[in-house]
Amino acid sequence: MKNKAQVVVIGGGVVGCAIAYHLAANGCKDVVVLEKEYLASGSTGRCGAGVRQQWGTEMNCRLSSGSARDFENMNAELQYESDIEFHQGGYLLVAYTDHQVEQFKKNVALQNSLGIHSRFLTPLQAKEIVPHLNIEPLLAATFYEKDGHANPFHVTQAYANAARRLGVEINTYTTVTGIKTENGKITGVVTDKGEISTPIVVNAAGGFADTIAQMAGVELPTYSERHQILVTEPVAAFQGPMVMSFHHNTYCQQSPHGSFIMGMGEVEPHGHEIMSTWQFLKEMSDKITNMLPPLRYLRVVRQWAGLYHLTPDRQPILGSTEQLQGFEMALGFSGHGFMIAPMTGRLMAAHILGIDHKDKDIMTTLNIDRFAKGNLFIEPSVV
Amino acid sequence: MSNKEYDNTIICRCEDITRGELHMWIDQGLTTVDELKRLTRATMGPCQGRTCRQLILQEIASKTGVPVSDAKIPTYRQPLRGITLGAIADMKLDEEGKPHEE
Repeated sequence: MKNKAQVVVIGGGVVGCAIAYHLAANGCKDVVVLEKEYLASGSTGRCGAGVRQQWGTEMNCRLSSGSARDFENMNAELQYESDIEFHQGGYLLVAYTDHQVEQFKKNVALQNSLGIHSRFLTPLQAKEIVPHLNIEPLLAATFYEKDGHANPFHVTQAYANAARRLGVEINTYTTVTGIKTENGKITGVVTDKGEISTPIVVNAAGGFADTIAQMAGVELPTYSERHQILVTEPVAAFQGPMVMSFHHNTYCQQSPHGSFIMGMGEVEPHGHEIMSTWQFLKEMSDKITNMLPPLRYLRVVRQWAGLYHLTPDRQPILGSTEQLQGFEMALGFSGHGFMIAPMTGRLMAAHILGIDHKDKDIMTTLNIDRFAKGNLFIEPSVV
Repeated sequence: MSNKEYDNTIICRCEDITRGELHMWIDQGLTTVDELKRLTRATMGPCQGRTCRQLILQEIASKTGVPVSDAKIPTYRQPLRGITLGAIADMKLDEEGKPHEE
């Protein structure tokens, strides 16, 4: 392992690898990535693998639509020898209350103004898209055909391989144990395999971003929370889009491979606990067999859990902080880090290197100082 | 058998993952079952690795020289066998998760 680097990225998930790649692609090749287990072993590899552009804030819409364009060309751009399995089957978002219908109308107007051509649908139109959807209590839906799915392991691997080819050093099974500072500036990182002196540390540690921030003495307004998922055996394709309900707090998508992946938001204590529970298995089965009745014949083969790292406004924290010079943040993705990682990588690299980017205002808006200033615009559409 | 034919041997029969495919990723530095699983889908099928996990461990050991006894084993997770969503939904469970009749 190097003992000196221009930039050290903490976290070998999709965000850390995307930032490392874009730093190197912009000429900053003296970069080290530190990952305590293997690539995508944390939140990235445990996520629902959805790629959605139908968001309720301008920032999330722009980050996700820019990222979707990156996913479309990713195999070629990163010269990936395998496949990131990007598939655009759409997202169908379903509304069951008047309040949700009003919110969806606002969201579609916002999305359309940003080039995301989502559509507002009646229950019958929704049923044309997902014929097995139970529309009994449904009031309305929205649909965007360019939303979809990508494989989180392969996307992370694609970024990591491309970064390595450009000279980035990626150290897996390497745990960060301390951050060194002097006079309010970053000077280095301590790991279980030695120290690296560096003026810039990027905190891309996902569910453990709070632990890293504590080591640096930086205060975050965030917390981690378990979210659970299950997957079924694969069957022939019969559900095109992801079906997502903020009312039931659930999402369910058939992956290109044929298995159904589904998850649910629950009331959870804050922390890093990720054991699976039978309560989730039961409640998820109850809800999904009601929403999508034919799924009752599918066998569950596995369940697991991962961490959301949540901010007060459900938008990520990006960029520098006045609390500590050289401490850069890409954290608090609030459950949608995978789908906005490509744009995050581009914007973080441009910000760190002082390069102009047409979307650099996103970095200003999503800086951590927004919480002290009270400039919050809360994302309403999160499971 | 020639080396080529040997490479075509199916190791994970749920997901049709061959020895050659596993070796390609092991050669790229992915030397745990957890990593190979996530990139190839080996052990992700209906049997959840009950058939192939030992075979994959042996392939890793043969390539890296690290004995199987020192290898990191992936987490075992529920359910133990595939069970339909409908069967779970139809269960009546008490507060401790035990099935009961109404």
